Amino acid sequence: MILGALDAQTVADAVGLGAVYALMAVGIGLVFGVLRLVNFAYGQLVMAGAYTLAFTAHWRVAWSILACFVVVVVLSLAMDRVVFRPLRGSSPAVMLVATFAIAFMLQAVALLVDIRDNTIGEIATSIAPLNQPTTVGGVDVRKITIVAVLVTVVALGLLALLLLRTTIGLHMRAAATDFQTARLLGVRANRVIGFAVLLSGLLAAIVSVMLTVQFPFVAPDFALRDTIVVLVGVVVGGIDRLWTATLGGFAIGFATGVINGALPTDQTVFLPSAVFALVILVLLLRPAGLFAWGRGPVERV
Amino acid sequence: MRRGLEPIVQFAAPALLVVAVGIGSTFVSSSSEIYFLNALVSVAMVVAIYVFIGNSGVISFGQMSFVAVGAFAAGILTIPLESKRGVLPELFPLLRDHTIGNVASLLLGAAAGGIFAFIVGLPLMRLSGLAAGIATFAVLEVTHNILREWTRIGPGATTLSLVPETTDAVQATVGVLVVLAAAFAYQRSRLGRRLRASREDPAAARGVGVNVHRERLWAFTVSGALAGFAGGLLVHLLGSITTEQVYLELTFLTLAMLVVGGLTSLWGAVVGALAVSALDSFLIEAEQGVHVGVSLDLPEGTRMIILGAIMALVLIVKPSGLTGGREFRLVR
Repeated sequence: MILGALDAQTVADAVGLGAVYALMAVGIGLVFGVLRLVNFAYGQLVMAGAYTLAFTAHWRVAWSILACFVVVVVLSLAMDRVVFRPLRGSSPAVMLVATFAIAFMLQAVALLVDIRDNTIGEIATSIAPLNQPTTVGGVDVRKITIVAVLVTVVALGLLALLLLRTTIGLHMRAAATDFQTARLLGVRANRVIGFAVLLSGLLAAIVSVMLTVQFPFVAPDFALRDTIVVLVGVVVGGIDRLWTATLGGFAIGFATGVINGALPTDQTVFLPSAVFALVILVLLLRPAGLFAWGRGPVERV
Repeated sequence: MRRGLEPIVQFAAPALLVVAVGIGSTFVSSSSEIYFLNALVSVAMVVAIYVFIGNSGVISFGQMSFVAVGAFAAGILTIPLESKRGVLPELFPLLRDHTIGNVASLLLGAAAGGIFAFIVGLPLMRLSGLAAGIATFAVLEVTHNILREWTRIGPGATTLSLVPETTDAVQATVGVLVVLAAAFAYQRSRLGRRLRASREDPAAARGVGVNVHRERLWAFTVSGALAGFAGGLLVHLLGSITTEQVYLELTFLTLAMLVVGGLTSLWGAVVGALAVSALDSFLIEAEQGVHVGVSLDLPEGTRMIILGAIMALVLIVKPSGLTGGREFRLVR
């Protein structure tokens, strides 16, 4: 029954969603690598970018997107400077709760800015034409899907080059493996962390452009649901490594897309339960992550 | 101080604080009374959460599920029979055709929360750290989803209303004192001490024969039962409830209270819950316009901004919370 309704279009959409989620997963994973911090407020960076796009909808598209990048990256760096830096070395629980607080705070700020015109939500119209379908090999695919996949592949490729072929990339990998030892060997903590936060901000900006094209209605809880899903995907995939985290993000995006596309709405009411029950099962069987083979000792009692 | 007196003081301080709030609620106007009672129910919820997170050192985002289960169990079974068939016709006959008393419903909430927590905890308590955080969050999602969609066990996505509003000053105060006493007794018992040892050093604790899984499961179950009880108090305070009210925002708020007060002590849980409740009530009033020396009228949404900022500030300046995570002491 599921396979019957599974056509090429659904798969294409699912791949597109998976690509966007993979980018978010990388953004979360990069910061986790150097800071050991799960950034719950990552979705609010995306949300801020989406609002920027909505408020600058009457500008030229290129300027609007540039503004989105500037806002998101600045916010990302500010978050690091004001909140993450003083919290460095705290327990993971404390840091997670702190990003919780920041997330709710930014959401409230967005509400405050948004509600000035007495309605909640803004519509970003300028880049919506990308959402139109085009025909590729007899299948209707929305342009944004193609763009999303291409952008993700290029971004991940560039990132891989950066991490594997440059000095700062080497430093980042060293810091992610063992921060203390890396520092002893001359890796500058603030530089590496700053760079990781910058990269993760750039990725958030890309994500906000692509999500806003698909969902032009921007509200304070924009990308909140996506962040939760991606976080789950990242942990299920294995947060300790960037590649497993990315794979986890892609997998959960793809799965969500396929299931949502293939099942009629009245059959999906208990879908979240099934998905999260599966998540619990994976965590119980492979607490280090689904794709993390033979990695060091895992804390389990 | 003499050692024999110390536990008495440690329990008396939070208990007196709770009683003071309870008595205070009878002296204010009926429109302000709700804030005091809300604060008391918050104390019950935060202490319930503290019993697990504080004693075990494992983060859980799932305790609100047990509050929700307790609230809906207690709520559904106290709606008067004559109106229940009309508003909730799809319920299982067992739930539809029976109504129990107020105190019994609170105990039922506690039992429902405790049993649910035990079943969930059985596999989940093997996890630590991040995996535990995400898995317990998944529990919250599953619980919320089922409560919201399955109309045979509850109101589904609509509001559960017509619940008798029996949580008054006396009930709230006594209820919270019961929760406090249970939490205090647990943390001073052999079980509690073993778990706290595993929190400080899991390897050493295991070395001296502590079964960490079993101890965490105990705490999770006790915490679930107390959370279910607190849920019962909550539903009888509000008179009507939706699944959205016991979901993400309340999870955030109660965790904020616990972290602000200090994760690792009962005193911290109580102080945090009362301090944040007080601030929250003030901000709610201020959003509607209040007069304190100068006229203050904050736009909607400011409440969350200030709460979030204060929480982040406490975490940065004093990561161990207002109380430093220590129990109350007369002399430092």
